Amino acid sequence: MSNGQSRFHVPTPPFRPGDAPDFSYLNLPKAGTAKRPDALAPWRDTSDLAVGLVGVLDHNHQAVGDWDPKLSPELLREGLSHMVLTRIYDERMLKLQRQGKMSFYMKSTGEEAVAVAGAMALRPNDMVFPSYRQQGILFARGRNIVDMMSHCISNSRDNLKGRQLPVHYAWAEGHFYTISGNLGTQFPQAVGYAMACAYKGEDRVAASWIGDGTTAEGDFHGALTLASTYRAPVILNVVNNQWAISSHQNIALGDAPTFASKGLGYGLASLRVDGNDFLAVYAATQWAAERARKGGGATLIEMFTYRADAHSTSDDPSKYRPKGEFDSWPLGDPIERLKQHLIGKGEWDEARHEKLVETMTALVVKSYKEAESHGTLHDGPLSPTESIFEDVYARPDWRLRRQRQDLGV
Amino acid sequence: MPAMNIIQALNSAMDVLLDTDPDVIIFGEDAGYFGGVFKATDGLQAKYGLDRVFDAPINEAAIAAMAIGMAARGLKPIAEIQFADYIFPAIDQIVSEMSRIRYRSAGQFTSGCVIRSPWGGGIRGGQTHSMSPEAFFTHVPGLQVVVPSNPYDAKGMLIAAVESGDPVIFFEPKRIYNGPFDGVPDKPLASWARHPKGEVPEGRYTVELGKAEVVREGAACTLITYGTLVHVAEAAAEHSGLDLEIIDLKSLVPYDIETIAASVNKTGRVVVAQEAPRTSGFAAELAAQIQEECFYALEAPIFRLTGWDTPYPHAHEWAYFPTRDRMIRALKTVTEA
Ligand SMILES: Cc1ncc(C[n+]2csc(CCOP(=O)(O)OP(=O)(O)O)c2C)c(N)n1
Ligand SMILES: [Mg+2]
Repeated sequence: MSNGQSRFHVPTPPFRPGDAPDFSYLNLPKAGTAKRPDALAPWRDTSDLAVGLVGVLDHNHQAVGDWDPKLSPELLREGLSHMVLTRIYDERMLKLQRQGKMSFYMKSTGEEAVAVAGAMALRPNDMVFPSYRQQGILFARGRNIVDMMSHCISNSRDNLKGRQLPVHYAWAEGHFYTISGNLGTQFPQAVGYAMACAYKGEDRVAASWIGDGTTAEGDFHGALTLASTYRAPVILNVVNNQWAISSHQNIALGDAPTFASKGLGYGLASLRVDGNDFLAVYAATQWAAERARKGGGATLIEMFTYRADAHSTSDDPSKYRPKGEFDSWPLGDPIERLKQHLIGKGEWDEARHEKLVETMTALVVKSYKEAESHGTLHDGPLSPTESIFEDVYARPDWRLRRQRQDLGV
Repeated sequence: MPAMNIIQALNSAMDVLLDTDPDVIIFGEDAGYFGGVFKATDGLQAKYGLDRVFDAPINEAAIAAMAIGMAARGLKPIAEIQFADYIFPAIDQIVSEMSRIRYRSAGQFTSGCVIRSPWGGGIRGGQTHSMSPEAFFTHVPGLQVVVPSNPYDAKGMLIAAVESGDPVIFFEPKRIYNGPFDGVPDKPLASWARHPKGEVPEGRYTVELGKAEVVREGAACTLITYGTLVHVAEAAAEHSGLDLEIIDLKSLVPYDIETIAASVNKTGRVVVAQEAPRTSGFAAELAAQIQEECFYALEAPIFRLTGWDTPYPHAHEWAYFPTRDRMIRALKTVTEA
């Protein structure tokens, strides 16, 4: 590495357009090989897990090893159904964005298990502080799809009154915090929320999600410091989908072995998890939630996954990474893997899957029709214009009252 | 001379700087291989190498601090903050450090950093891709703050900024990157090719910082603004038939009080326009200074045309943004007073 002379160094990703993608450098441990410590084990007992990989589904789609959460077929089918719905919803919304129905969209394709299994392993009243790529949580928590779409097309039914870009949902009833466009801010906020729950003597936990790229922000490090110092009942998830727009994960990772390993330096239990393995995501979240609820403090979880599509509707990934990378992604597709697992157990089949896809597609199409009946961004109706002056404060002062008059609304 | 849009003009400025000065170094989130989310640094890494133009981790504070450290060792960093809305994590490094290095070390150290950042509204970007946070920085002694409004100025001012030796916050009106905007929503994009300031020389030239430009002469009223609203003002003059004098400020700190005073003393009526919220905005600074300098020439109260004191809305963007028609109403208020 060194020839005795310091040289200016900037990392490059392993592959750029034109290269043949090859992920063999990742050296991922096999499913079922990771040991499962007691949920209240000292953080040091997670050292191997922070650089290893918690995985349950093996290459034959069998559940193996200590971490198998042994979930009922009903629950697995429910998870599959939420993931399928998430994917179909994303597909549909992308198409509608292309048709000019909304200003912007961000898909979560390939990462559905992270949000869906993560949410299902929590209690419905555990507080979540997501980023913009965990729409799966909303499906898992049963949010009305027409409401979600109405937000995305900023119509008169948008519960955010047209104030936020699409996908920046907020849903207090579902214990889903308002999503920020400013990266990383929610991570230390989640710690504060968790501390407040502990203060109030509740046994709720808080969970947050940020991307690999976002771990570079100071707020990531602030959150880990707070979480460790105050032993907060919080689950801090880093969704490592390998890319931050055009920057490979190594721009944020540096020479560290994994993002999870960064938690060890703060004295936090730290796990790296196969994020495309529904069972592993569920098991790890369940472990961290139990630890938090029982007073063991916070866990940093790196969800190892792959962003299968563009960052957003504003970029073209073929400009910065090889085409077909997802096809060689060694951890596969979370939906396909859970589906095969259920089929292997005799709890699912192709015909039922086809029916599920059909039902979900019909639901999405029907919901959009209904959403559109409440207006669209371009043709209205929107929330009333004067609503832009509301909620700046609990009560508007003279300036806002006068400005509303000036606008003539 | 080739026609360029603002992105191409900025790219050309950085190309010239990289080519002629080995101390120039460029970095930002997605600014390396990808060439930036708006493509301002497109092709520069391929041309000059990974150690001249590179990707930075997503940490705006660290990006500003890295620039400060590099400048201390004699480099001339141009750092890109992906959107002006995301400059706030860097505020401590910019406000408490970058701006004061020269002063607090009594000139032993300097911090000649340029921070480029796409700025302003009009692209349906919602509250995190639309802000005009210039007033946070004009309040800070030691910083220069500039906002070009066309390709020619963008290139000349960026080169001047890098050569100035002091920190410059270089805000780029993203709405007009690819063509001027007349403040009438939902019209097809205009082209810089038909604008006189879309003609941009290939090589090095500078546009002096601190100098405003009268872009339209008139006698009835002076409209002072910067960035996207310069073009909205031109459209407002055209559409209303008012005999408007328009000043493109270009530099907010330092601002060109001579050009402003000469115009106000001539017209006696003033509208100051900004996209940013009203309270404590840069328009307030201009209004205060103008009344000190030109009080006895004024024939009407100075009018501030601004965004509202709300976060920047998404769906109701055009109720917030000072559109052409709102600008005409403001001008009528002042000229009929
Ligand atoms: C403070 C801040 N800086 C920059 C941005 C612009 N930005 C939006 S998403 C993004 C990449 C984030 O990548 P990552 O954290 O890996 O999350 P992913 O999109 O991959 O889910 C960037 C740079 C932002 N939104 N906020
Ligand atoms: Mg990422």
